[in-house]
Amino acid sequence: MSRRFPPASRSARADASGPRSPVTESAVWAALEEIPDPEIPVVSLVDLGVIRSVDVRAGQVRVQFTPTFLGCPALEAMRSALEAKVAALGAEPEVQVITDDSWSTDRITPAGREKLREAGFAPPAPREPTKPRLAQLRSQVFRCPYCGSTETRLENIFGPTPCRSLRYCESCRQPFEQFKTI
Amino acid sequence: MNEPELLGLADDELILGWRESEWTGIAPVLEEDVAFSSIAQNEIGHARAVYGLLASRFDAGRADASAPGQAPSGLRALDPDALAFDRRPEEYRCAPLVELRLCDWARTIARRWLYETADEVRITALKDDPDPEVAGLAAKIDREEVYHRMHAEMWHERLRDEPRFREAVEELWPYAVALLPEEQRPELAQRTSLELPSNSLLLDKERAAHTDELTELWDEMTSVRRSAPAGSQW
Repeated sequence: MSRRFPPASRSARADASGPRSPVTESAVWAALEEIPDPEIPVVSLVDLGVIRSVDVRAGQVRVQFTPTFLGCPALEAMRSALEAKVAALGAEPEVQVITDDSWSTDRITPAGREKLREAGFAPPAPREPTKPRLAQLRSQVFRCPYCGSTETRLENIFGPTPCRSLRYCESCRQPFEQFKTI
Repeated sequence: MNEPELLGLADDELILGWRESEWTGIAPVLEEDVAFSSIAQNEIGHARAVYGLLASRFDAGRADASAPGQAPSGLRALDPDALAFDRRPEEYRCAPLVELRLCDWARTIARRWLYETADEVRITALKDDPDPEVAGLAAKIDREEVYHRMHAEMWHERLRDEPRFREAVEELWPYAVALLPEEQRPELAQRTSLELPSNSLLLDKERAAHTDELTELWDEMTSVRRSAPAGSQW
């Protein structure tokens, strides 16, 4: 099920002047691919898997997206960026924020995971049928993104943003940020 | 959809988020500055999402007179910010547990542990709500709360034999019980291994029986909003 936050007051509007060729769904996806995540710009919103659907109909483009965390302060920035990208294609944007359980860190694409690792963020472990437990976070199954060792320990369940934990690699003595599994 | 229950949930998360944010910069260790800031941000995010859902229903109710949504009185506009900031203190539906200004680490951790345990009981129930939007949002909130529970569990493990912590749990336990509807209280007692207090101990701690501390918090929390004319853009 989906629902919409009330429309943003500064919503971007398509430029109605001048004829343009009709926008295609693939053109929209390609454009959205260029929007960096506001907090981790090495990955795009498409890499993160937060774009649920793109629906093109008679010059209107509806984009559904899911916040990673509900308290994400970048929510409005992402909405504005999505609206601006669609408007730049000459279409009328409608951005819906979906707040159900349909986004999981499992939706981060393989390319996105690789970009995260290269930037020093350990990608999230897969979502399991049971909820994550403290004992798991304390176990040595998380791999250091710098040296690949699993001799890493939990420093803090929380980190610089809600989606990350802090760990320390005993092997290369490097602290690193671990994506939480959601 | 049980609107008073959801409003109570959102108000609990907003007010507790506000309280937890008061530790930012002054927690006993730097890692707890980080943890409390994140927890506060998440709780306020949950409040925003639940207010958003309620606002959309109130809005739909206004448009469709056959299914009127009941907005709390005194609202200038039906959006999440209006629900969060444009009500009088007495109109909030939060429980006294989240209002208390606890300038003490043992009591703060005792509240965190009790609150997260109680919150898990109600969120688990909401995940089975017949309204799919409520159930979906509860499932999303639950995923995030898992990490708050781990943090609380870690501290509970560390402090549970400390006399100051035990005293704090004893003091705050009736508040935690009063946060839940009666039918969910036995489950909370089971999870905490504590005995349910007598009803006379709960009287002044029930939901919407507000403390003076809420008025002080509200005054500060809404001061910027109240200083600007309605409809101001930020």
